[in-house]
Amino acid sequence: MTLAQRGRWLTLVGLVLLAGIYVRALAFTPTERFQGLAQKIFYVHVPAAWSAMLAMGLVGLASILFLIMKDYRFDRFAAASAEVGTAFSLVMLTTGPLWAKPIWGTWWTWDARLTLTLFLFFLFIGYLLLRGAVSEAPLRARYSAVLGICGLVLLPFIHLSVYLFRTLHPMPIVLKPSAPSLPGSMLVTLLYSFGVFTLLYVGFVMQCYALAGASDVGGAGASDA
Amino acid sequence: MLCAEDLRHSFGPVRALDGISFTLGEGQTLALFGPNGAGKTTLLKVLAGLIRPEGGRAEVTGGRRAVGWIGHQSYLYGHLTVRENLLFWAALYDVARPLSRARAAELLGRLGVADRADVPVRVLSRGLMQRVTIARALMHDPEVLLLDEPFTGLDLAAAAEFRALLAELAGKGRIVVLATHNVDEGVELATDVAFQARGRFVQLAPRGARGPGEIADAYRRAVTGG
Amino acid sequence: MGEVLRHAWVIARKDLVLEFRSRTAFVSAAVFTALVLTVFNFGRDPTAVATVDLAPSILWVTFTFAAMLALNRAFQLELENEALDGLLVAPISRTSLYWAKLIANCVFVGVVECVGLPLFVLFFDVPVGGVLAPLIGVIALATVGFVAVGTLFSAMVIRTRFAELMLPVLLLPFLIPPLIGAVQVTARLLGGRPLSEVTGWLRLLAAYDIVFLTLATLLFPTTVNE
Repeated sequence: MTLAQRGRWLTLVGLVLLAGIYVRALAFTPTERFQGLAQKIFYVHVPAAWSAMLAMGLVGLASILFLIMKDYRFDRFAAASAEVGTAFSLVMLTTGPLWAKPIWGTWWTWDARLTLTLFLFFLFIGYLLLRGAVSEAPLRARYSAVLGICGLVLLPFIHLSVYLFRTLHPMPIVLKPSAPSLPGSMLVTLLYSFGVFTLLYVGFVMQCYALAGASDVGGAGASDA
Repeated sequence: MLCAEDLRHSFGPVRALDGISFTLGEGQTLALFGPNGAGKTTLLKVLAGLIRPEGGRAEVTGGRRAVGWIGHQSYLYGHLTVRENLLFWAALYDVARPLSRARAAELLGRLGVADRADVPVRVLSRGLMQRVTIARALMHDPEVLLLDEPFTGLDLAAAAEFRALLAELAGKGRIVVLATHNVDEGVELATDVAFQARGRFVQLAPRGARGPGEIADAYRRAVTGG
Repeated sequence: MGEVLRHAWVIARKDLVLEFRSRTAFVSAAVFTALVLTVFNFGRDPTAVATVDLAPSILWVTFTFAAMLALNRAFQLELENEALDGLLVAPISRTSLYWAKLIANCVFVGVVECVGLPLFVLFFDVPVGGVLAPLIGVIALATVGFVAVGTLFSAMVIRTRFAELMLPVLLLPFLIPPLIGAVQVTARLLGGRPLSEVTGWLRLLAAYDIVFLTLATLLFPTTVNE
């Protein structure tokens, strides 16, 4: 089976499991006492944000490896990861406000996760725009690698800035629960969700990577199945 | 010494260099002829260290410090004066201030632009700018000169003076690689002649006693496959 | 190390001479700063929101725009007559080139800030008196942060399409940590809070500067080498 085909299978499995999460979250997981139904978004949002961060982290890692080993496969992987990361960020940035408006009456909250994802989204867009603006492959790969590494190093700083900002300016209503103190079944749903999103990530990246290989001049092509 | 070993380089699908090897020692001047697109500029850029070749290696004894390079552009800053430009470039090559002032004056004098020394470069005509470009390349007294069509824009007097300069430098043991279209421009200075086409040296031989006419014939035969 | 800084200074000095001689970039940045401050003034309703609440944001938006203008021109200077190639052929390390541009950019932005800050104090009547020194410190820390990353990116974008558009887009996420920190500290200082409240932010700013200066220094050669 080629890489693209395997990727498609994984994605399909992931999507089915994603549907499973929705079912489980809505029907089988207890509703949180204070926030009610709104809290359920948490099961999709937290892992989506996590996947976007994972995507960025891997872009950075692949960039470092590319610069050290000069293997263009790392460049292709970084590009694939960035595309997938953009998609996940976009999904989260659109579903966030869609949930927020009916529940809290406002489209946007400067919630830590949303804010981080917003900046991740900008980073990804910048990365993809840069790739689009450079036509020669070696130059494009080098520039992308530089941006990827800078983006990776930036992540902790953004996280810290948002955290510092928020500890001094407590936000009104925020999705509060943090992992350890969750009751059993909620934790299970959450972990399950993390798993599914990671699976989706892998599936999508495999497909993107394979597609990029097919269209690359002088790339490794279909031989890396 | 200048050494090129199996140089290969492509720009996308175009093979600019397809396996070029040669060595030049002290006092040798290589005149490089070839049609547009033959890869002469690419070869010189690889020798100068501007491009890292995909295959093979090029080495200049003394590294970048020993190289004087004239490309298609002047590398001069329009809003700086002629003298300021020369002193700036000399400083990057670590030429001491008093020495660079003296050398600037000398070179500007020989190339006939001494009276424009304090004029901003942007007001100079093309020909005068080319003379200043030549001076810029020579400011640090390089052991190896890589010249890509350096006679462009020079009038007869300046061209003659430049040829005299090059002859002097060769006499002092400097290595010169001169890429040009025009057989008349550099052939008498050359100790060796190479014809480049489609990234390869179609012919590389000492000039011997051949004059411009014979070289031109040989070039036509070699390059057009006659 | 000394050589790196020496070459960096030669190039930075050349940049600053060019900049202040041609004056266009500097004047447009200064005028732009004054313009932005004026517009903000007309946009606010003094009865609704106290100036001191908005002032830090206004100041930093202004400085950020000015920094963008400065960063755009950094490598543009080398496009004229392809001087960048000349710099790459010269026996200087790529690090010197980065630090040269960094220094020149910092000076340029610093001068614009020296024009902007008094105007800001004047237009918005903010109590700067006792906190001038720490305020200048924060401005310096944040500026170095923007310029460190901005210089690296400006080297990349000159070879892309839509260079002037790409730079702000790429730079935006990287401006967030220094901007948030700068605005927070400025707000506290203008609000008369003790410095001890802002040490967290100051440490963040300093860490950001150190980390990105180092990273940019390490990554810069990759962006200019072939």
